[in-house]
Amino acid sequence: MVVFRGLRARPAALLLGLACAALAQATPSDPYPSTYQAATVAPVLIQGATVLTGTGERLDNTDILLKDGVIAAIGPHLTAPDGAQIVDARGRTVTPGIIDIHSHLGVYPSPAVSSLQDGNEMTAPVTANVWAEHSIWPVDPGFQTALEGGVTSLEILPGSANLIGGRGVVVKNVSAVTYQAMKFPGAPQGLKMACGENPKRVYGSHNQAPSTRMGNVAGYRAQWIEAKSYLQDQKDYEAKIRAGGKAAEDAKPPKQDLRLDTLAGALKGEIPVQMHCYRADEMATMIDMSKEFGFHIAAFHHAAEAYKIANRLAENGICAAMWADWWGFKMESFDGIQENIAMVDATPNGCAIVHSDSEEGIQRLNQEAAKAMARGNAAGLPITPEHAIRWITLNPARALGIGERTGSIEIGKMADVVIWNRDPFSVYALTEAVYVDGALQFDRAHPAAAPRSDFLLGQPALRGDAP
Amino acid sequence: MKLSALTPVAALLLSLTAQGAATLYQHAHVATGRGAVLNDASVLIVDGRVRAIGASLEAPAGTTIVNATGRWITPALFGGIGSMGVVEVSAEGTTNDSSLSLGEVRPEFDPALAFNPDSEPVEVARVEGVGFALLAPEPGSHTHGGNVIAGLADVVTLDGRGPHAPTALVVEMGHQGGALAGDNRAGAFLLLGDALEEARHPPKPGEPRRLTEAGRSTLREVLAGRTPVLFQVDRAADIRAVLSFAAQQRVKAIIAGGAEAWRVAADLAKAQVPVVIDPFDDLPADFDRIASTLENAARLEHAGVTVAFSLRTSAPHEARKLRQGAGNAVAHGMSWERAFAAITSVPAHLFAAGDDLGSLDVGHKANLVVWSGDPLEVTSLVQNEWLDGTPRSLDTRQTALRARYLERLTRGQAR
Repeated sequence: MVVFRGLRARPAALLLGLACAALAQATPSDPYPSTYQAATVAPVLIQGATVLTGTGERLDNTDILLKDGVIAAIGPHLTAPDGAQIVDARGRTVTPGIIDIHSHLGVYPSPAVSSLQDGNEMTAPVTANVWAEHSIWPVDPGFQTALEGGVTSLEILPGSANLIGGRGVVVKNVSAVTYQAMKFPGAPQGLKMACGENPKRVYGSHNQAPSTRMGNVAGYRAQWIEAKSYLQDQKDYEAKIRAGGKAAEDAKPPKQDLRLDTLAGALKGEIPVQMHCYRADEMATMIDMSKEFGFHIAAFHHAAEAYKIANRLAENGICAAMWADWWGFKMESFDGIQENIAMVDATPNGCAIVHSDSEEGIQRLNQEAAKAMARGNAAGLPITPEHAIRWITLNPARALGIGERTGSIEIGKMADVVIWNRDPFSVYALTEAVYVDGALQFDRAHPAAAPRSDFLLGQPALRGDAP
Repeated sequence: MKLSALTPVAALLLSLTAQGAATLYQHAHVATGRGAVLNDASVLIVDGRVRAIGASLEAPAGTTIVNATGRWITPALFGGIGSMGVVEVSAEGTTNDSSLSLGEVRPEFDPALAFNPDSEPVEVARVEGVGFALLAPEPGSHTHGGNVIAGLADVVTLDGRGPHAPTALVVEMGHQGGALAGDNRAGAFLLLGDALEEARHPPKPGEPRRLTEAGRSTLREVLAGRTPVLFQVDRAADIRAVLSFAAQQRVKAIIAGGAEAWRVAADLAKAQVPVVIDPFDDLPADFDRIASTLENAARLEHAGVTVAFSLRTSAPHEARKLRQGAGNAVAHGMSWERAFAAITSVPAHLFAAGDDLGSLDVGHKANLVVWSGDPLEVTSLVQNEWLDGTPRSLDTRQTALRARYLERLTRGQAR
């Protein structure tokens, strides 16, 4: 089987509230708002753990108090509040909840049947109008297995068939009937773009633009030009409204355009740009393009050659989200090396992220980070576990625009916390408990009797030995 | 001279008749691929062969002595079933010889002639401790003339020598087989049954035929039990159907895939049919794999089924990840010894890789790896490697890229 990784084309792989002038000046409203509610639970006091905080620190024999959904206290010998549940975590390691910046759970779910292949709107090279959240099947059993791997938040992105694939969404990894009930409250959406082979192959094979890398770049630029013009029309309109009088009366709001709303959101810095890009030269081109039009790239995803331009990424404040060891599945991944993550990390102000893009990889991002750490150490780039944990916690949180709220064990942050039965950088490590906003979502010692996924519930095949 | 690999031999005196180079690794953990790990053990290699394994070995004069305290010494690993040596860049057709799409039934197809020992994925797998793999053709797709009977599989060594003789016939069952058999998984049995029947009773001149004489000859080896059939199949019911088909046709079966094998573990154990599973399988990736679980390996072990591991992907680029999968099987209940055997001695035996591969035994050519730690641990790295009796360089194109850009990085010039 030829696997086109990163594309996920399996066989078939802001509005400014302009409808209402009063909203025009500021907050984008979300017509599909989060209905996520953190569960109300008793406080939890985790005692005596080794804590990798996500900020680069390691605290030994430390207690953590989870209360009212947040990390309320960190330190030795904390006093348990009334009614608190005490968890003996001596000999255990506690980390922040794992965050995957690149997932297609729900949009390319299991089972991968044709009717659930909803991750790539492969009908036009630019589909900035689509939102991945509208494709999410919350039943995907992959959410549960990712949770068992310690993942508490993830960004679900459209695929990479298109130059501009649409908006991604950040969710909390909780069981829900609707995606809105998983949607991370207040997290910005992301804009998914793709460099290189995938768009040109998908459309070029249909004798349609783009069929080359130069066609790719021309395609993005045309979109940004339109988006700038759209944004200017909005600004002109807002200025007329503000001026009042006849000008305001005569002012006509620009017609809402879902595609341009997304791009304008990126230009205004409200939607972080998440760019699928493998090759160093193409990343450099994208950086120039971001300057040409005035948007910021939050992270290059896959970034197999980030190590070749690590300084330039760091200078521009761009993270690289990478795999520990994927390579060679297509030409633009041919130069992938196992030291990529460590080399990006070792660059001053470098921002390395370990991502999955895989329903398997998301279950063991700790192991992926461990592999990258070991490669770095062997290459003479010393990396400690307390440092490497950032690659799968605080760094992705920051690139997603949620770094002030989760991604590290700090007082006041969301109580997204994992207890591991041993050093999480071991292949033998398993999560014992996974908390999301202070609520125990996974407890290995007391697994739920029934699967969370409705798809698996009551499946005859899960009843044990075949009859 | 043959010494038991598992008996610690104290102060062994060696009568060295050959004057070749000798290397002695001391104080290592030695995992032979069969049975328990020997702690604080030594391995003596003379003239490219393992001369002795034991607690304390005396070295002949001139021996290179290596203090391997904390290190692990193991046989070179199995890289799984897939396209080792026949794929360079998966998505580039000119570099990808993973399947045969002739629109014909060609069981005699042997992918060995496509094997390229200079392939980069071969080298990359080799420096990660992989010494051999099973080169198996993919069945191809219906639209491109693929067939349920994909062809023959060969053990390939990653030491530059290339493929051995064909060792199994690869047959696609389940929904993927069905897609090549009239869109019906039962059709795969029909086609395979027809082919076997034609091999048993060759058509007379003028009678219709599907196979070439070479194809019939290949299938006669299958019917004689000399070539096992590797059935790619996942669903419990399909595995049962394969077991019954194999018994009826009297062919030797090996199950590959086996996502739901744990549900028919007793049948597999009774029929003594081994199973090659992907230890990472735990999602209902399709309706053939509803009962996938990370405990598959442990449950099969418990039931007495012979288990080997292979990743589901055929991409040779990922062969180095198989040991991580074995580690995960241990985390989910399998014994370390059986998990390690599942990537060494078991596949070597199943696929008749020969005495020198898959286990560390006295008298064998050195096909071994010195690791910085437990080879199933993700943070352990290869430190030395011997294949076919020769120490191997650990350099690849990837390490050359690393060196080039690490040097620029340290000079602050990576831009």
